[in-house]
Amino acid sequence: MPTDQKPTWGSPERFERERVRPIGFHNVRLIDPANGRDETGGLLIDEGKIADVGPHLTADAFPEGAEVIDGGGNVLAPGLVDMQVFTGEPGYEHRETIASASRAAAAGGVTTMICMPDTNPVIHDVAMVDYVQRLARDTAIVRLAPMGALTRDLAGNEMTEIGLMSEAGAVAFTNGRKAITNAQTMRRALTYARDFDALIVHHAEDPDLVGEGVMHEGETATRLGLKGIPAEAETVMLSRDLKLVGLAGGRYHAAQLSTARALTTLRRAKERGLPVTAGVSINNLTLNENDIGTYRTFLKLSPPLRSEDDRMALVGALADGLIDVIVSSHDPQDVETKRHPFADSEDGAIGLETLLVAALRLHHSGDVPLIRLIDAMSTRPAAILGLESGSLEAGRPADLVFFDPDMPWIVNAEELSSLSKNTPFEDARMQGRVLRTIVAGRTVYDYGLH
Amino acid sequence: MATLQDAPPISFPHRHLLGIDQLSPFDIDALLDLADGFVEINRRTEKKLATLRGRTQINLFFEASTRTQSSFELAGKRLGADVMNMSVGSSSVKKGETLLDTAMTLHAMHPDIIVVRHQSAGAVELLARKVGCSVVNAGDGAHEHPTQALLDALTIRRHKGRLQGLTVAICGDILHSRVARSNIGLLNAVGARVRVVAPSTLLPAAIDRLGVEVHGDIRSGIKDADVVMMLRLQRERMHGAFVPSVREYFHYYGLDAAKLTLAKPDALVMHPGPMNRGVEIASDVADGPQSVIREQVEMGVAVRMAVLEALASNLPNA
Repeated sequence: MPTDQKPTWGSPERFERERVRPIGFHNVRLIDPANGRDETGGLLIDEGKIADVGPHLTADAFPEGAEVIDGGGNVLAPGLVDMQVFTGEPGYEHRETIASASRAAAAGGVTTMICMPDTNPVIHDVAMVDYVQRLARDTAIVRLAPMGALTRDLAGNEMTEIGLMSEAGAVAFTNGRKAITNAQTMRRALTYARDFDALIVHHAEDPDLVGEGVMHEGETATRLGLKGIPAEAETVMLSRDLKLVGLAGGRYHAAQLSTARALTTLRRAKERGLPVTAGVSINNLTLNENDIGTYRTFLKLSPPLRSEDDRMALVGALADGLIDVIVSSHDPQDVETKRHPFADSEDGAIGLETLLVAALRLHHSGDVPLIRLIDAMSTRPAAILGLESGSLEAGRPADLVFFDPDMPWIVNAEELSSLSKNTPFEDARMQGRVLRTIVAGRTVYDYGLH
Repeated sequence: MATLQDAPPISFPHRHLLGIDQLSPFDIDALLDLADGFVEINRRTEKKLATLRGRTQINLFFEASTRTQSSFELAGKRLGADVMNMSVGSSSVKKGETLLDTAMTLHAMHPDIIVVRHQSAGAVELLARKVGCSVVNAGDGAHEHPTQALLDALTIRRHKGRLQGLTVAICGDILHSRVARSNIGLLNAVGARVRVVAPSTLLPAAIDRLGVEVHGDIRSGIKDADVVMMLRLQRERMHGAFVPSVREYFHYYGLDAAKLTLAKPDALVMHPGPMNRGVEIASDVADGPQSVIREQVEMGVAVRMAVLEALASNLPNA
């Protein structure tokens, strides 16, 4: 590895006065799940959009003045759309700002962050939806779209203005980290949201069954003397939700599933043709309960890391498409919330910057084809949310990630861009590295090899 | 000054005592042998030794415990250490100072040994990683209470002459009990057979994976047992949350004279204290001829002296 390698980031769009040069990639492995493309070729970006793509684009095919990049056979894919990102802004800016999250996203190949409404104040009205979008326009270097709160103050009682917030730019509605326990409230929300074709994203976990539980219920929890969370905390809530979807008909997305048993429930609902989709956190796909070791609080997550059997089932469900999307579940926490005994620590781990490379573990292990991984992190979430990105087709926004799928490196938390350093992958060996991230035709991250 | 005669030179390859699971059967034997010697010294008039002279021991208790704290205090003082007790109510921790802030404050006082009790599993281990001295776990949440398991083992060994091959029934609130976890670990390590007896609401998941026989009925659970160890049921768990009532709990799971006849005639009755008479144990059994409950308290001081001495042998400039 060259020693003079130094990554650079772009700045927010409004500060860029010059017209952006066209960029031409050639000799890259084009992966576009939207049309099953996985072949060597080139891609031309102009005016913020993909102008041309295909095997016919070679080194001499680009217009004068374009930045021409010989990809060396590395992968060019649509940029990732991360459906679950907690930022600390507004309210917890010491943990993460939208600006710092966007730098982490750029370094991780994420071109669109879908931000959760769990901020202070909560994103539960038009003004807040508008506010975070303006903040993002002024400070972020990748795209941001907020999810609106499904209930006022995320309290699980009063419905919010789903229609108006949708018009203002909220791409989905969720109760964030908390489940809606009142079935009647959930039913009405699903019914009402249907009229606006709004998507409801739900953290399917019964808080009463979670109780004081802090990790997966089983032998490891018993040995550590920690209270367990049974798999049924998830299946009970998911089953209820899916029955309500059958009754009400609204579009429903289970934010992050963690257990093998929930997959059976989900499969049945999909086979019945219900409008349901599901996500999984990268943590639940690549780690299990044993990684908690001696009370590593950075691995205290919600839903919790489950057994290896659960993890393998999730990987299988991801490969066959039962699980639609992978999220980073990026959740910055700092010293005052994580440097406690395990049970007293907050849930959550950062993940924007390691999402893609951690997912590549499933490619290297032979469990999930690379094109399916890109599908689950870009094409599918874009389709579920109705975004234009997520494909390499000509005319689409030039939101792209260019990465070396094999480059080895070791995660050093101090080098990550997030303001918070609670990565579950500290000191982990990774294989694969983002070389360049492009948003709307502008390079927002460059690993600095060229 | 008294001297410890025939004390075997102890080789104890640990800086901290955080749990039974870090100890080998040899470590356990060595600690029990050492403790045996201290039992004799504690029965003399002149009890004071000089092993820890000049050393500072801090007892840091985030959870109130009169007996464990006094036991550690006495153990430290009899070995000649300067002992300081710090009781940190959990309320003051909630006010903002984290466990690690407290650890840093103590660290600055240059103690040699810190004895810690905390209501959260793993808290003692977390603290041990941040201080430069030796740390003894005096109970962390529902995780471990290693000196209790050691004192129980010492009590049993002195009566039965051995631990290996004995059948020990641990009865009561296994779910919330660090005493149960440490005892299961120790007794398995030395080759005893362990049974646990509890209503299913007070059993943790997959407890059978820890190498115990699980009994829902105390009659089968203590049948032919060499030792019957009763656990305390916390008051807040008695009324409806885990068991419906004290009366029903005592009826099915409390140890009374009639049930005790099912165990071996010379079975020992133990309890880590403090007891709820008439809840998990009948008064006549607690005070009866088979009870060694008061002796457990005596063994507690000896075992804690052994632990402190063993750790002191690894302290810098020892």
